[in-house]
Amino acid sequence: MKFALFTGCVSQGATRELMVSTKKAAEGLGIDFVEMKSAACCGAGVVGEKSSILADTLNARSFAIAEKQGLDLVTICSTCQGVLKKTECNLKSDPEYKKKINHILSEGGHQYDGTSRIKHFANILATDEGMTRLKERIKRPLTGLKVAAFYGCYVLRPSGLSDFDNPDNPTGLEDIFEVLGATPVYYPSRTKCCGFPIVMMNKTASLEMAGNALVDAIESGADCVVTGCPLCHLNLDSYQPEIDKLMQKKYSIPILHLPQLVALALGYSPKELDMDKHIVSTLNIKRKLHPVG
Amino acid sequence: MATFRIKRYNPEIKPEPYYEDFQLEIPEGATLLDCINQIKWTLDGTLTYRMSCRSAICGSCGMKANGHAQLACQKQATSLLDKNDTITVEPLGNMEPVKDLVVDFEPFWDKVNKIKPYLQTDDSPPKKERTQSPDQFHLIDDASTCIMCGNCYSDCNVLEVDDKFLGPAALAKAQRFVGDSRDERTLERVTELSEPGGIWDCTHCGECVERCPKPAQPFYRIKEVMAVALEQGVHNNNGARHALSFVKSVKSSGRLNENMIPVESMGYFNIKGLMELIPIGLRMLLKRKIPPIIHKSIEDVKDVKRIFKELGQ
Repeated sequence: MKFALFTGCVSQGATRELMVSTKKAAEGLGIDFVEMKSAACCGAGVVGEKSSILADTLNARSFAIAEKQGLDLVTICSTCQGVLKKTECNLKSDPEYKKKINHILSEGGHQYDGTSRIKHFANILATDEGMTRLKERIKRPLTGLKVAAFYGCYVLRPSGLSDFDNPDNPTGLEDIFEVLGATPVYYPSRTKCCGFPIVMMNKTASLEMAGNALVDAIESGADCVVTGCPLCHLNLDSYQPEIDKLMQKKYSIPILHLPQLVALALGYSPKELDMDKHIVSTLNIKRKLHPVG
Repeated sequence: MATFRIKRYNPEIKPEPYYEDFQLEIPEGATLLDCINQIKWTLDGTLTYRMSCRSAICGSCGMKANGHAQLACQKQATSLLDKNDTITVEPLGNMEPVKDLVVDFEPFWDKVNKIKPYLQTDDSPPKKERTQSPDQFHLIDDASTCIMCGNCYSDCNVLEVDDKFLGPAALAKAQRFVGDSRDERTLERVTELSEPGGIWDCTHCGECVERCPKPAQPFYRIKEVMAVALEQGVHNNNGARHALSFVKSVKSSGRLNENMIPVESMGYFNIKGLMELIPIGLRMLLKRKIPPIIHKSIEDVKDVKRIFKELGQ
């Protein structure tokens, strides 16, 4: 399995533990990720607020880079995934638009044809091949760990762009948790918004959205929340002390990135996955881990 | 036999809502509304809900099925059955229930009215109608398909925590006039829409796109209004500053400068806003999570800059 890795900006910045753990998970699974070092930011839907053709051109350029390598493109961020899929949809549904964008790209030596698929890391794990690899390589089943999925809006909605079978009631992440030996916790907020996009504009609403999801996960019995989106991670983990105050509840629940959970099951230690760099302590997870078999 | 688990509410009899199960054989091809009608006509005449056209045109029969807003007349009942052959039916969310599946739409309409959903011009009306070319109409075509069913409002994630948010339906309706070639209050409109509770409070969750039974798809309309607001120079708010800082960062380095965006979104002279960033900044610093101080560009950033230039950005 070889893919072009679209790292996204946040895994290189405020959630560097995501990048560290992605590399470990790939190593453990025997997946070859070729980092796309010249790919630009996906725009997170924000560049599109200024100019949608600008956002689409930058993303088409990234697709062209993956195509040149003959590889499918893999994201490790729900937001990148959703935004890139929207661009792909715009390009595939309008040949004139695609032509116009290719004209702009051509001067930089790029050409978008639409041959590379765009997949979130979760979706390559959820394939038959991905699941088989996982099963074969697990060294430490996460037995006894109760894990609540937090999907991130952009991998689910609009459902027409989602790779999950039933975006209103998905099971893709929970299926992965089960293969890892963990116990999935189903709770209503798992498909909701974390509120991060408006944390600079309406902080109280943003943190209340995140808080409601956390309370829901805790009251459903979860030991931790696992997300495939570093932006969700920022709101759920980094802002948790402030959420605590806002919700007037004393609770604490660690938030893991999906590759961290996968890599734990593959036998990597919490330290190797930078789990000590989270704002919320991950100690309760460490205590529940079994020795590597 | 299917079970319809319906949320009932009649404050004159019982103060709290409760669920009641009804058993019904779903006739072939029946919509959810057909089944609800059948329950009312044959099992319990007191069941209360709104309905009219049965053709997904009037927007009356919005209700939640299995937790998500739908038009009952537009959904095949069998497609909603869960593994226990049950469909859970509830009133729309984010509005107060009046009786059973009927909710109070007043806040919804108040917000639609707030965006001034009518043409505003300086000239007196012409003898005939005010015309548009097909291309001009195309810009507002999607928004004009909204049937005001309230599905988007029901499932909006922001409205669940902040009832001051105008909400997706009103903001999509706003695009209908912001984008109208005949309207002459564009700047005034986008200025008002950029205030707290307006366009920049949309959290991009996409629920409104998912629940919209028509091409109106509010989230995309909201983004169109944002683009006009930025173009019109309405920049004195965190949302616009955030977008501009984001674009500036990608333009200069090909990637996001996470250290600059929070500061620039708040605004350099917004002391209170900047102070609010201190606790998170300190937490990140202590855990060594602060993004690298020296912000590195992506490889071949020259090509990204060229694209910005070519597109006049």
